[in-house]
Amino acid sequence: MAMKINMGEFHERVEKGIHNTFMRGAVAGAQERLRTRRLEAAEELGNWEEWRALGEEIRQHTLENLDYYLMQLSENVKKRGGHVFFAQTAEEANDYICRVVASKQAKKIVKSKSMVTEEIHMNAALEKLGCEVIETDLGEYILQVDDHDPPSHIVAPALHKNKEQIRDVFQEKLAYTKTEKPEELALHARHMLRHEYMTADVGITGCNFAIAESGSITLVTNEGNADLVTALPKTQITVMGMERIVPTFEEMEVLVSLLTRSAVGQKLTSYITVLTGPRDKGEVDGPEEFHLVIVDNGRSDILGTEFQPVLQCIRCAACVNVCPVYRHIGGHSYGSIYSGPIGAVLSPLLGGYDDYKELPYASTLCAACTEACPVKIPLHELLLKHRQTIVEREGKAPISEKLAMKAFGLGAASSLLYKLGSKVAPTAVHPFTVNDRISKGPGPLKAWTDIREFPAPEKERFRDWLKQRGNE
Amino acid sequence: MNVTLFVTCLVDLFHVNVGKATVELLERLGCTIHFPEAQTCCGQPAYNSGYVKEAKEAMKHMIRTFEHAEYIVTPSGSCATMFKEYPHIFKGDSEWEERAQHVANKTYELTQFIVDVLKIEDVGARLEGKATYHTSCHMTRLLGVKDAPLTLLQHVKGLEVVPLPNAHNCCGFGGTFSVKMGPISEQMVDEKIQCIEQVEADYLIGADCGCLMNIGGRIERKGKPIRVMHIAEVLNSR
Repeated sequence: MAMKINMGEFHERVEKGIHNTFMRGAVAGAQERLRTRRLEAAEELGNWEEWRALGEEIRQHTLENLDYYLMQLSENVKKRGGHVFFAQTAEEANDYICRVVASKQAKKIVKSKSMVTEEIHMNAALEKLGCEVIETDLGEYILQVDDHDPPSHIVAPALHKNKEQIRDVFQEKLAYTKTEKPEELALHARHMLRHEYMTADVGITGCNFAIAESGSITLVTNEGNADLVTALPKTQITVMGMERIVPTFEEMEVLVSLLTRSAVGQKLTSYITVLTGPRDKGEVDGPEEFHLVIVDNGRSDILGTEFQPVLQCIRCAACVNVCPVYRHIGGHSYGSIYSGPIGAVLSPLLGGYDDYKELPYASTLCAACTEACPVKIPLHELLLKHRQTIVEREGKAPISEKLAMKAFGLGAASSLLYKLGSKVAPTAVHPFTVNDRISKGPGPLKAWTDIREFPAPEKERFRDWLKQRGNE
Repeated sequence: MNVTLFVTCLVDLFHVNVGKATVELLERLGCTIHFPEAQTCCGQPAYNSGYVKEAKEAMKHMIRTFEHAEYIVTPSGSCATMFKEYPHIFKGDSEWEERAQHVANKTYELTQFIVDVLKIEDVGARLEGKATYHTSCHMTRLLGVKDAPLTLLQHVKGLEVVPLPNAHNCCGFGGTFSVKMGPISEQMVDEKIQCIEQVEADYLIGADCGCLMNIGGRIERKGKPIRVMHIAEVLNSR
């Protein structure tokens, strides 16, 4: 699966993440800033819960009628002189994109930020063709310069790096001589990139929302890089996940408002660009040719299942920014370009349980994600559904756990068994008990007592006390 | 008022003092306590691990045990949330959905019951010292009980309640998460303890024994001078 990053066992990745103090400092700081800004932006809008409900309704309606809207989008893009390609798999998408690029004899490609192109590993396919692919989003550019370090966050891909680390990367790779001041770093990247836009043959973008009624695509950025990517090269290719669509401009406006406020706490980002087809007669800029690649890559398998709500996602990362697990392990531990709660739900669906079976358990089910989601995806409930699927359909749960849960089911469903079990519990753990505490527990208790003290079961249960007291 | 106590398995077996405090407190506030002996566990350990079939057996048993109660009160936000989830879990089950709804409608977390049903904000408690309150995730986000515990704590004489920094972050318990994902859980609980130390609280107060076992167990292991108390114990202090 192309979305896979950081090979190796989940627990090893987590261990590595936990010991990366730079990353953890950067993530905790970013979480606090982004969370506070999001709450302020939501407050400022007023009646936030009504906006969320509207966002959910729009996304659900669109998914229920996805075939209709995709058809409408496709027809309208063609009417405006664009080309549309439906790719069922990552390979089909890359093949098509490579064919277009090859037909233009293109050598240099500039790209704005796009998660779906990461998902299908498009850059690698184009590089194999002999093309130079240049990321123009500042975060993505930093990662590309740093020997293709994978993204750790769906909105801020280089979130795991602090400014000193970025300075070091620039010094090593780009002959940078100035300080770690963000302004100086950004200015240097801008100098490096400006020339690339001017000389690129093809521009490739992602798509925040496609608008079915007009055949337009919407791009949301703060850097304006997507505008240069789409204005200068002769050929534009836009790649979108098949669910990233809205019926009309009206719904786009609602979702963009939810997106920018949830992602970065802004009313609007610096640039929100709506593009329709290639350059028209009388227009001064824009590409001569426009291709829209609509990628399925496992999404239609999610439609109609209990996991369908995950397709409501508008990739704002609000869930990532409040996740207490992500906070400590960082994005790379997830082993997928989609990290945090949304990644823990989506990665097993797109990439399979073999690679991602631990992710649904990397959550305390604290529901901070569900509470933050601007389109009301019940993320913690979907994590639970994954766990249920792993136990019931995939049969991947450990045998010891199965036996323990079987015993639990029997014990908790029978007052007699429960009473008996709870009566003998203090005796059973007596050999491990010192001063009513267990510090080195046996069997399943060990994982608990490796970290914390465990209270020994009390000799007199609550029910015994109550009975003696005479309550019934 | 007739209160049927769902004491929770953690309190029944490990934190008996929390149960005692709950009974004494509610009686002092004029309630008559009933305790169905058949009660076991709400089913959450199995449900949250994906063992829905096993969990449902426990849930049906609890529905049978509690469906004739007038008010069901429990000293746990998380277990109360589980009871509230029953109708959702049995959705479409012609025999159990309605009965589950019936149980859910009558279920209250302890502080919610005192403030919203008994309409009492000052229970006449006294405790000297500085405390901070841990907002447990299920109680706050899923059950939606945010203000009741703080309202009650503000009226405890002698007690200074200070806000806990980063209170919104989970303590790292998460049921089986605490053992399945031990290293992550450890980082989470350590950050929680750092926040408690930051405000120099004598007491950490919470309304869920799961969180308190986690935070308290780690505090003990590290030998920190912070006393962990369930809110029922605080409200029963005189």
